[in-house]
Amino acid sequence: MIQSIDYAALAPPLILAVAAIGLLLADAFDASRRVLSLLSGGALAAALIAVVALAFGDRRDTLCLPDGLRGNGPRSCSYVADDFTLLFQGIVLGAAVVVVLLSLQEITDSKMPVGEYHFLLLAAVIGALTLVAARDLVLLLVALETLSLPVFALVALRRYDGTASEAALKLFLVSVVSTAVMLFGISLVYGATGAMHLDRIAPALSRLPSDLDPVATAGSVLVLAGFAFKVAAVPFHFWAPDVYQGSPLPVAAFLSVVSKAAGFAGLAIVLALGLPAYAHVWGPVIAVIAALTMTVGNLVALRQRTAIRLLAWSSVAQSGYMLAPLSVGDDRLPEAVAATTAYVALYAVMNLGAFAVVIGFRRRTAPLSASWDALDDYRGLARRSPAVATALAFFLICLAGLPPGVMGLFAKVVVFRATVAGGVTWLAVVMAINTAIGLYYYLVWAVRLFTPASGPSYDPAPGLPVRAAITATATAALVLSAAPQIVLQTVTQAT
Amino acid sequence: MMAIPLVGALAMLVPANRFLRTDVAVRVFGTAVSGATLLVAISAATAFDFGATSRMQLEVDREWASAIGLRFHLGVDGISLPLVVLTALLTFLCFLYTLRHPPEGGRIRLLTALLLVLEIGLIGTFAALDLVLFFVFFETVLIPMYAVIMLWGGTGRRAAATKFILYTLLGSGLLLAGMLLVGAKAGTLDMTELAARHGSGLSHGLQVTAFALMGLGFAVKAPMWPLHTWLPDAHTEAPTVGSVLLAGVLLKMGTYGLVRVALPLAPDGAEFWAPWLGLLAVIGIIYGALACLAQRDLKRMIAYSSVGHMGFVLLGIATLTPVGVNAALFGNIAHGLITSLLFFLAGSVKERWGTADMNALGGGMLGTSPRLASILTFASVASLGLPGLAGFWGEMLALLGAYRPHADLPRETFVTFMAVAALGAVLTAAYFLRMLSKLTHGPSDGTAEPRNVPALSGPAAVSVQEYAAWTPLIALTLLVGLWPKTLLDVTTEPVRALFGGG
Repeated sequence: MIQSIDYAALAPPLILAVAAIGLLLADAFDASRRVLSLLSGGALAAALIAVVALAFGDRRDTLCLPDGLRGNGPRSCSYVADDFTLLFQGIVLGAAVVVVLLSLQEITDSKMPVGEYHFLLLAAVIGALTLVAARDLVLLLVALETLSLPVFALVALRRYDGTASEAALKLFLVSVVSTAVMLFGISLVYGATGAMHLDRIAPALSRLPSDLDPVATAGSVLVLAGFAFKVAAVPFHFWAPDVYQGSPLPVAAFLSVVSKAAGFAGLAIVLALGLPAYAHVWGPVIAVIAALTMTVGNLVALRQRTAIRLLAWSSVAQSGYMLAPLSVGDDRLPEAVAATTAYVALYAVMNLGAFAVVIGFRRRTAPLSASWDALDDYRGLARRSPAVATALAFFLICLAGLPPGVMGLFAKVVVFRATVAGGVTWLAVVMAINTAIGLYYYLVWAVRLFTPASGPSYDPAPGLPVRAAITATATAALVLSAAPQIVLQTVTQAT
Repeated sequence: MMAIPLVGALAMLVPANRFLRTDVAVRVFGTAVSGATLLVAISAATAFDFGATSRMQLEVDREWASAIGLRFHLGVDGISLPLVVLTALLTFLCFLYTLRHPPEGGRIRLLTALLLVLEIGLIGTFAALDLVLFFVFFETVLIPMYAVIMLWGGTGRRAAATKFILYTLLGSGLLLAGMLLVGAKAGTLDMTELAARHGSGLSHGLQVTAFALMGLGFAVKAPMWPLHTWLPDAHTEAPTVGSVLLAGVLLKMGTYGLVRVALPLAPDGAEFWAPWLGLLAVIGIIYGALACLAQRDLKRMIAYSSVGHMGFVLLGIATLTPVGVNAALFGNIAHGLITSLLFFLAGSVKERWGTADMNALGGGMLGTSPRLASILTFASVASLGLPGLAGFWGEMLALLGAYRPHADLPRETFVTFMAVAALGAVLTAAYFLRMLSKLTHGPSDGTAEPRNVPALSGPAAVSVQEYAAWTPLIALTLLVGLWPKTLLDVTTEPVRALFGGG
């Protein structure tokens, strides 16, 4: 049986795959660092262009069930490039370009093998791109693993560093456990429904015989576990701080933005397309997970003394806000998915910006001091480089969700709105309290930037690529603050 | 109206060596910008049709983020107009005062920018007619105020500023949840439309929840006992201009929000919570008065007196009658005028003697600096509610409202509230008289040495700028006190409309 494949729909991951192999080959022939970096960044940009081009066209799908096997069921395509997919692919690729910009100097400084680094990064991005387009459980799982596996290696790429190896091992173990749990869940769902494609699972679940009900219930909750790991939700969050600290900083940025965005897209796909019939089961589960995630993340973030760990815990907390709308169950689910998507998109910009500044800051101080990223080291940054300090303060205020960071405020408004509209008012109240807690540590950090330094200070000199990344994210943040409808509109249309 | 301070604030971003090189130029610039805003506000007031105060006028209505139904919808009616003008006036007076009396800590350029942003947020809050837009402006105020306290405050500023922002942010989080609850269930975010519905179509339970959330949010801002603890610290530590704006207008955002947002959106909820609101308001009155009696610091005392006065305002709202709500709005303006004056005076005292501790200042101010002392006496007497001055009517009408509360509310409870609140009014008189007897009368036995203030020829003198900042407040206090009708006429009709009548 021969299947026709729509290569145009697959273009973004294909471009990257070709580029990744090309990179590996080029590295073998001792291509220069500059060529490799250009190739990697260029491939991501090309894929981004492909996504934009696809966005103007119609919805495409491919890898569908052949007619003969379809029976009377739906089309059951594994790979769908609809607006939702393309939106997330756009977020992922845009963020990945920034990550590459941030990586350039880091690779040199940390003595990491440049070819491998870019190859692994591209491979992980391929996983993310496929994940957001996958519409059957097998492809979802494979994509999730494609996203995870290269990251283990990326984290451990600084081979001489003990903390990096520890971080990689921790990430690996938690990942394996959650994948196993998820696989078990998938097998239960498959056993109950006899289907792998989400558009077949949904109808099957809604007319499930009652004796299979417990099986499907257990299955749907377990499937959540895999995604809970990806988005660093409680109780699968323990890896985040150690891994962020141990890994090269651009990889941490990748984990907290690209990998998380893909995780949320996958979660939304599975819940909205595959399991709406069990919304009464996973709705409350997600509500509790969201409440725990944001509370734990925020409370622990309060105690952090280093920038990177603070960002790690704050991104755990932010995951909680993103999860919150999904807790509404099938009551106004499309609106909830739109809210989560909008938050993810806005969060990607703000968090990447914060990471970019932290990476830039580290650039100057790393060789001089062991404690380069303690929050106290940020004292007086406003004197030394006002532009960078203002940018960081702006990103932090955005993350806290206060004007002038109107962007963050709108992200919060959208999430609150969806949660409240879905009738989960108690979660909105928890979220309100958490916003206040979150503000404290963001603000304390922001204030440090403007207080005079006590100890020795360092010479500011972030490299050109890092500065470009900071400028790009800051510009995006400013534009979105003035015109949040750009994101909100797109999101509403796409979902 | 908001464009002018915005442009002014943006202009402050221009590097110092290109634009307005000296501090003096920056201060003059700030004064000019806020003066222009005041002019626009006054011309808006003259363009306002006082024959139809319950109608929204001077509206601006544009799409902003249509995906979530957000519109850039502004407008003023009889409830918001006085507050808008008050904001513009107080900001202008603050700049006028800063002209010769800049707060210690320098960085005038930043201060100017922050004050202008603050003004945008305040005017925006009072003029916004879209729930989310209201919230955006409500939040805009936080960061500038935080920075003002943080950078130009007294010794305990860090803790005070942090406390201020955490309290208020917690409040606004709950507020957002409450507003969106109503917005999402009613399907619109437009405040005029929601108000016109008087909560129809919203279930009782939903309204009770929504009002509780919104009420908590506003109560933090107002502040209502027991959520007031941020206020004394913030006031004590803030520089003079910060205190003036904080007391004069920022607190009003809470009570204005209750009247404008919480009451009309969830009337059933309001009815359910009104007795509790009244109870907390009365506790606030008594607590504020007793706390004042125990204060040694002048600024802290005025801050606690704010808790008491806002208690009267809240009591007025809790009665849910046109009389009570009118009293609340009147009390808002009166308190804004009088307390700003008091804080200006306290700031001047602190500037002259370097302390606001009443024991250290000692008595006999009438002898050493007669002008300052007489104005202080005037402000205190106005604040304690002497008939004929602005403070009287707000308290009086609030008590009257409590005597005859809304038909569905337990009357006995409110009459008790009234009696207790009246006792609070007596206590208010007691602590102001204590303060006056300590400071203005008696022998001058203070330990604090007068300092040399460059703008003054001696502690007895009052500079032109101080007079300029204070005279309008004194004049308005007299005007509103002698002819309360001027203000009541503006607010009566929209308040009636609020309750579905009129």
